[in-house]
Amino acid sequence: MIEVVATGPLALVEDLGRPGLGQYGVGPSGAFDRGALRLANRLVGNPEDSACLEALGGGLELRALAAVVVAVTGASGPLALYADGAPRAGDRRSPVRLEPGDRLSLGQPTAGLRSYVAVRGGLAVSRVFGSASTDTLAGLGPARVSVGDRLPIGSRERQHPHVDHAAERPAGGSLRIVPGPRDDWFAEGALDHLVAATWTVTSASDRIGIRLDGPPILRRDPTRELPSEPMVTGALQVPPDGRPVLLGPDRPTSGGYPVIGVLVDADLDRAAQLRPGDELRFRLR
Amino acid sequence: MTTPAVSRIALCGDRALLLDCADPPAVADAIRLQVIDGVVEVVPGARTVLVRHDAAADTGRLTRLLAAVAPAERTPDAATTVTIPVRYDGPDLADVAELAGISREAVVALHQASDLEVAFCGFSPGFAYLRGLDPRLHVPRLSTPRTRVPAGSVAVADVWSAVYPRESPGGWRLLGTTTTVLWDERLDPPALLTPGTRVRFVAEAT
Repeated sequence: MIEVVATGPLALVEDLGRPGLGQYGVGPSGAFDRGALRLANRLVGNPEDSACLEALGGGLELRALAAVVVAVTGASGPLALYADGAPRAGDRRSPVRLEPGDRLSLGQPTAGLRSYVAVRGGLAVSRVFGSASTDTLAGLGPARVSVGDRLPIGSRERQHPHVDHAAERPAGGSLRIVPGPRDDWFAEGALDHLVAATWTVTSASDRIGIRLDGPPILRRDPTRELPSEPMVTGALQVPPDGRPVLLGPDRPTSGGYPVIGVLVDADLDRAAQLRPGDELRFRLR
Repeated sequence: MTTPAVSRIALCGDRALLLDCADPPAVADAIRLQVIDGVVEVVPGARTVLVRHDAAADTGRLTRLLAAVAPAERTPDAATTVTIPVRYDGPDLADVAELAGISREAVVALHQASDLEVAFCGFSPGFAYLRGLDPRLHVPRLSTPRTRVPAGSVAVADVWSAVYPRESPGGWRLLGTTTTVLWDERLDPPALLTPGTRVRFVAEAT
């Protein structure tokens, strides 16, 4: 077991989610930065889809109650490790062995927003529809992680990892967008406007959607109503105020605002690491 | 020549296509029955069907196959009709009657007489949008949604009727309540009402 000493702003159990249940109104949920979750699991020798902790910002602190191997991926920033209260060495993106009583603490990220902590064996929490992920919108899966929680560790480990350090993901650039499916609902030149503008991530962003601020995107006919249609993660939904919302893994399964474009799948992980105040640009695929 | 079931196909990112069609649950069923390589999920909406595919799928081939999808004619099947007993004591019954310009009794009668079918699920897990509501009961949503609507609330809004499967916030107008369980995470499927299911509301004897 591993004990939660501090959570930071939000810590959740996530795996690769529960895709495929959209027809029942159940969204995919799961790690926002799927590549980081997969990497964390690989570093400790778990199957890639094992349950990890997804920590927002800094402040998560864990204490090992038994010897465990962990790895931290996702955001970059300081990682503090303590054995008997004394600092000891250890890096992000490397497997780290904790002895009973050792503590691990995530500092404020210097780049990125979400960190993933994998524990060798995987977190053994109860599953809903085959997934241990917390869906913050639908209220499915385990409760958010709280101080004092003791998280049981499973036995999903496979071979010992052969990698001792993974490279940092190269920094971003613009995010690629496929136009549509409702780009024809917007005023002439709206797509040009979308890629020309600089967008700012607002503090109202979460796992449901990353809310962007910038010069509003105008609709062709503001009074026309779109019959509710299925959504995908990465969709840029444009509400009547013209400020797009990039839908995250805890998105609703359907929505009534037109989608001007959808992020290419490979760029979603980078979007997951956007912080409030970050500026971003889009380009058409 | 019959009109094609799918009138338009648009890209929805690089992992999905969005199909415009008149009968989403029937088109979704037809796509599932065809078992197309690379298709990982089929989700109906009000006037659309989303087809998610894997990275390896050939979208050109997929588009051609989906454009030719022809749903079978369906006849109402008693086996797939769910009857839901309702106690018509909802807080918005009087308002709906006033908006519709009919009596409360007429609202209750028209709601029971409507031949309803699940078009799609959305909003929250197991929340089924029922189409086929008598046009006289087409009323706007509340201007201020309730912060808490109890599970089992039977409601109408716009062209739809629905039952809240779990407690949630909501802006639909509440006609009554049912004790029928619409959502159970232990069951497969977890939702009682899935796209294509026919629904009848029946007043509970009081």
